[in-house]
Amino acid sequence: MTPRRFLATLGPGLLWLAIFLIVPSVIMLGYSFLTRTDLAQVGAPWTLENWQRVFGYDALFRQWVPDNLRVLWRSLWLAALSTLLCVLMGYPLAFYIAHQEARRKNLLLLLLIIPFWTNFLIRVYAWILILRPFGLVPSTAATFLGMVYAFLPFFVLPVYSSVEKLDWRLLEAAEDLGATPARAFMTGVFPQTLPGLVAGILLTFIPALGMFVVSDILGGAKTALIGNLIQNQFGQAGDWPYGSALSFLLMGVVLLGLWLYARFAGEKGLEELL
Amino acid sequence: MERGTHRPELTAARHRLYYNALHVEDFAGKFKREDRRITGPSHSVVFKGKRVRELSADAAVSVVDVFKAYRNAGGQETPVLRDIDLDIRKGEFFSLLGPSGCGKTTLLRILAGFEQADSGAVVIGGRDMTGIPAHRRPVNTVFQSYALFPHLSVADNVAFGLKQKGIRGQDLKNRVARAIETVQIGDFGNRKPDQLSGGQRQRVALARAIVNEPEVLLLDEPLSALDLKLRKQLQVELANLQETLGITFIFVTHDQEEALVMSDRIAVMNRGRIEQLGRAEDLYERPRTAFVANFLGSSNLIPGRIREVTPEGALVQTDFGPLRTTQHAGLMPGQEVTLSIRPEKLRMERDDETEGNEVRARVDDIVYTGAENQYLLEAHGQRLVAFQLNADIGADEDFDYDEEVALYLPPASLVVLEEG
Repeated sequence: MTPRRFLATLGPGLLWLAIFLIVPSVIMLGYSFLTRTDLAQVGAPWTLENWQRVFGYDALFRQWVPDNLRVLWRSLWLAALSTLLCVLMGYPLAFYIAHQEARRKNLLLLLLIIPFWTNFLIRVYAWILILRPFGLVPSTAATFLGMVYAFLPFFVLPVYSSVEKLDWRLLEAAEDLGATPARAFMTGVFPQTLPGLVAGILLTFIPALGMFVVSDILGGAKTALIGNLIQNQFGQAGDWPYGSALSFLLMGVVLLGLWLYARFAGEKGLEELL
Repeated sequence: MERGTHRPELTAARHRLYYNALHVEDFAGKFKREDRRITGPSHSVVFKGKRVRELSADAAVSVVDVFKAYRNAGGQETPVLRDIDLDIRKGEFFSLLGPSGCGKTTLLRILAGFEQADSGAVVIGGRDMTGIPAHRRPVNTVFQSYALFPHLSVADNVAFGLKQKGIRGQDLKNRVARAIETVQIGDFGNRKPDQLSGGQRQRVALARAIVNEPEVLLLDEPLSALDLKLRKQLQVELANLQETLGITFIFVTHDQEEALVMSDRIAVMNRGRIEQLGRAEDLYERPRTAFVANFLGSSNLIPGRIREVTPEGALVQTDFGPLRTTQHAGLMPGQEVTLSIRPEKLRMERDDETEGNEVRARVDDIVYTGAENQYLLEAHGQRLVAFQLNADIGADEDFDYDEEVALYLPPASLVVLEEG
């Protein structure tokens, strides 16, 4: 490929990536090695202190206090649980919608998307009204419910799109060959929905891991998640270098997960996913 | 046969050629049953004369008064199968033939257990299948689009059915290998379906079904996605495979040639009903309805009224004058009937001698198709079609545009249809 051609075809994409992904990441990486100065500014000297704090090293008392890792662990759990409930509710829902006649199908899809027309914050506040009579606000359970509510459409839509394309004859083929309906589903249908399922899980799990709005409003101070921690550094605490380092911790966890998935499902799996 | 030899313009050589051609044509029916040699590139494959075998008396499948209708959103019923009643014998190659929408695929799906009949029953291998789900029926299906599992290799696809039965280990391996070998895809066991050509996929689908040794194999237009040459080759292979395995085949197709080539018996379906059921040659030579006459091959239909009925046949008054047919059973004088005659049974002649059953006609158009010439003729304002074998007409056309010819309609070839 000539350089000219290279620029003409890949150029715009690379430029986009550079401006919105690479440059900000490099800046953040730089910040994570700098110091918070007066008036919440970022400046010299270069230091590893932020990274030590991220992993829980208390420089003052020279001891390890892995609070951040505990928060991260809790965030992982909550994100995983929310994703699981999304899967349990959303997977059958996607089949239900895909099975309707065209008009009803469009109506149901519209109902799924309509909430997006209202501001997300307002919708989360609305949950306070719903859950308060049950004494659930603030609590981890409320955060959990709020997260499931927030991400269910993001899970259902990709699954729906792969259910929509299903080749149902494979189900018949499996039954014809003597498989019980349950087994026929697992061999004939389930593998075909895998791309949508994985996409839905990622679209749910990754944002849930970084979520701070829901836990802030519904969870109260007790259920701070890694997202709250990061947001706090960029907001009230005004400690951007520490916040940057925490962000990289989160990013590292997500990338590790994707890497494990790629190893498990092979290159092809990751390709399909992306 | 004499009639063809009356041609004064024929040289001695052509004369002999013509005579031979006629001779072959006359015996073609019997000859073809004995030894159907497929000419052309696949001539190494030979039919094994299966068409002369006797059908078993035992029914492999009985369909008893099956009725099925689809309801649309407005609650309106559209019948797709109306009181289908038929017996398919053990070891038979049976075809359901008809245009799309005639109900043949629905009938097959009811046999497979994918759909339920509204009323009536299906008996397979002596057992009533009512309420028995697809996975517990002693049948396997070859789907029109093959429906191979895309995430499984060829070998795993073929092994699927046996695994459901709990067969494992060496036994499983051997049986899968044998099935794959039978359909000649031994080298592709490790490939995924999307790495195969259409013909190879077809073979995998076949292997996946026959490996289970079903009592009945259901085939839903399995060749329709393939190109003509491959289709012809697979027709022969399928017929041979069926004979080797001895499994009852129920073959759904809209391709009349496919059905004629392979089947022991054919049921011609139209609008949810069986129009006619019988051996290929019965259907072709003695179609009972205008639909069958035109769906299997093509026919000239001539309306008329019966003038007299004798033990030798009937005389039918038509627009072309009186025509004699050898048919007489069940016919009454005065009855309105339709006569049917195949285009290749019409004899085109130049002589003026009248021996009865002749129609004067004018050549309107000539279509050269290679193996035969198709003459579109006009007689008394009606269109008639006559086919002349290439061997009959020599290298060039025998008759010219606008030429006046005499058409001889052999009484034995004039079939009286049941309905108009």
